[in-house]
Amino acid sequence: MSILVWTYIMVILSFGLYIFIAWRSRVKETKGFYVAGSSVPPLANGMATAADWMSAASFISMAGLVSFMGYAGTVYLMGWTGGYVLLALLLAPYLRKFGKFTVPDFVGDRYYSSTARIVALICAIFVSLTYVAGQMRGAGIVFSRFLEVEVSTGVVIGMAVVFFYAALGGMKGITWTQVAQYCVLIVAFILAAAAISYKLTGMPVPQLGFGSTLIEGERAGQYVLQAIDGIHEDLGLHRYTEAFHPGGMGMLSVVSITLALMVGTAGLPHVIIRFFTVPSVKAARISAFWALLFIALLYTTAPTVAGFARYNMIDTINDTPYTEAPSWFKNWEQTGLVAWVDKAGDGIIRFRDGDPFIGPPNLTGERGEHGERLVSNELTDNDNELYIDRDIIVLASPEMGNLPAWMVGLVAAGGLAAALSTASGLLIVIASSISHDLYYRILNPQATERQRMAVGRIMIAIAVLIAGYFGINPPGFVAEVVAFAFGLAASSFFPIIILGIFTTWVNREGAIAGMIAGISFTMMYIIQTKFMGMDPWFFGIVPEGIGTVGMLINAAVTLTVSSFTKSPPAHIRELVQNVRTPRGSGEASGH
Amino acid sequence: MSKSFEEYWKKNLTLIGVLLAIWAFVSYGLGIFLVQPLNNFWIAGFPLGFWFAQQGSIYVFVILILVYCVIMNKLDRDYDVDEQ
Repeated sequence: MSILVWTYIMVILSFGLYIFIAWRSRVKETKGFYVAGSSVPPLANGMATAADWMSAASFISMAGLVSFMGYAGTVYLMGWTGGYVLLALLLAPYLRKFGKFTVPDFVGDRYYSSTARIVALICAIFVSLTYVAGQMRGAGIVFSRFLEVEVSTGVVIGMAVVFFYAALGGMKGITWTQVAQYCVLIVAFILAAAAISYKLTGMPVPQLGFGSTLIEGERAGQYVLQAIDGIHEDLGLHRYTEAFHPGGMGMLSVVSITLALMVGTAGLPHVIIRFFTVPSVKAARISAFWALLFIALLYTTAPTVAGFARYNMIDTINDTPYTEAPSWFKNWEQTGLVAWVDKAGDGIIRFRDGDPFIGPPNLTGERGEHGERLVSNELTDNDNELYIDRDIIVLASPEMGNLPAWMVGLVAAGGLAAALSTASGLLIVIASSISHDLYYRILNPQATERQRMAVGRIMIAIAVLIAGYFGINPPGFVAEVVAFAFGLAASSFFPIIILGIFTTWVNREGAIAGMIAGISFTMMYIIQTKFMGMDPWFFGIVPEGIGTVGMLINAAVTLTVSSFTKSPPAHIRELVQNVRTPRGSGEASGH
Repeated sequence: MSKSFEEYWKKNLTLIGVLLAIWAFVSYGLGIFLVQPLNNFWIAGFPLGFWFAQQGSIYVFVILILVYCVIMNKLDRDYDVDEQ
């Protein structure tokens, strides 16, 4: 059977499974809708958290980024895992004991203020909307490449599926579909990596294969990383494993981005909210462990995929005549995600550092002398002739490794699982922020269960439509807004939640001033450097890492203002004492 | 607030402090600040600094959370503040 048929089978089977699970776990009450009735077992919550967390970016893009960045790709690998240690030690158990529905709930109650609640809920919505647009886009790309439909048709199918199970089952439906989606995505990712590892090194466990010796080719007998470094040196590039090489990221950038991503992770509402769904404080702690273990399976495999792909790409393409290029190369050239310009005019593909031309390929629709698809972009003056979109590294890896067609289909289903599971987790945050925090807690505290459920479902529908719109018409700055999401999460929620738990005296005035100071600084800096073309003026810190500074500003302002203003009322100090011990955690309540 | 509660909380804070110190040492210390000198040592097919940055630190993160869970569950029982 062909790749296309296999992909249809895999995608239809997996979607059927999600819809079946959603139907089985439909809910009628707000508690089921927002926090799955606080009855999710820790192991399942760990899987759901992992699927929630690992987005289209983790599954599709990250290994590709690392493959092109080498050592510097570490910022994503450590940054998107290290935050779970902060979450497990500093946030999850206490927030579970607090026992409400959302992050703005905690901020509003702990700081006894509707203003704080509204600031928190605006941040939660902004962060989640930013994120969800990227997921819909990711789903659309997988559809268009593997199922040969238009990107926009793909986005609409993705929207329909997510809406179905999010509106029907709320958090409960989402949780159980995420468990299934985790299984699909991890099996796909690891099987593909294992097959490539086995092919190159004879060792099927990719984490070990990455440290083994090559069994074929010119460099047989060398360690994989030794071979990659050697190839790079032969081409006159910096070594793959080399840190802080000239022209790459410096130490300050690596530190600040890693820290901003870690702290941002721990401050993301769709991650925190998952710890409200487990039955106890003990379960919250251990489910953070399961979550990171399940995430680590992918995150320790991704750098191996990156390395193997780097080796494969250079080994099979560089200095090869275009007419003899492997078939995956020509398949992906059809999609415009791979392009070659014959700068030297000799029909041989040269793969060096830098971009071969300016901007993404602009296909003219004509073929060149050797049969390559021509582009009309302005050429750069380096001697690199090859354009490879970073997003295809994972999706093309089964083809690069000559794996069977069904595995290509499985990887496509895995990419969709990653995109849809994250999208659904974000939608429930948006829906709960508006229907619970805004509508029920502020606008209409007398609302009945029925009204609250109806508003929740309507909000999911609206959020799906907005996300779908941005998926079909992506704003030109999708990559930039990711810096926004993490920067805002780091500079808004993280410090004031921590201070709210670990001090009793930090007060309303401090928290509001701190959040506003942290967010304003971070937003201003990102807008100045990303959109207005200013140089990174704060000690040269790149905008992706500025959340670290925003977080410190938030904490400093919160502490200073709190120490000069009236300390919180007695019942708040009692609340803080209460969240510090597990006993009496009970179930989450909305009242 | 009882004495035993204060003791419980202090032990919790100490544990968090120790685990976060290890967390920072492995990720920022070995994986970033010391990556260049450590990369001169190749162990089991990896330059050591690169291995800590892209593999080792993640394993350590997982272990840290597990250790925290085990010790805190015991602490909860010892100070009689666990969920029943």
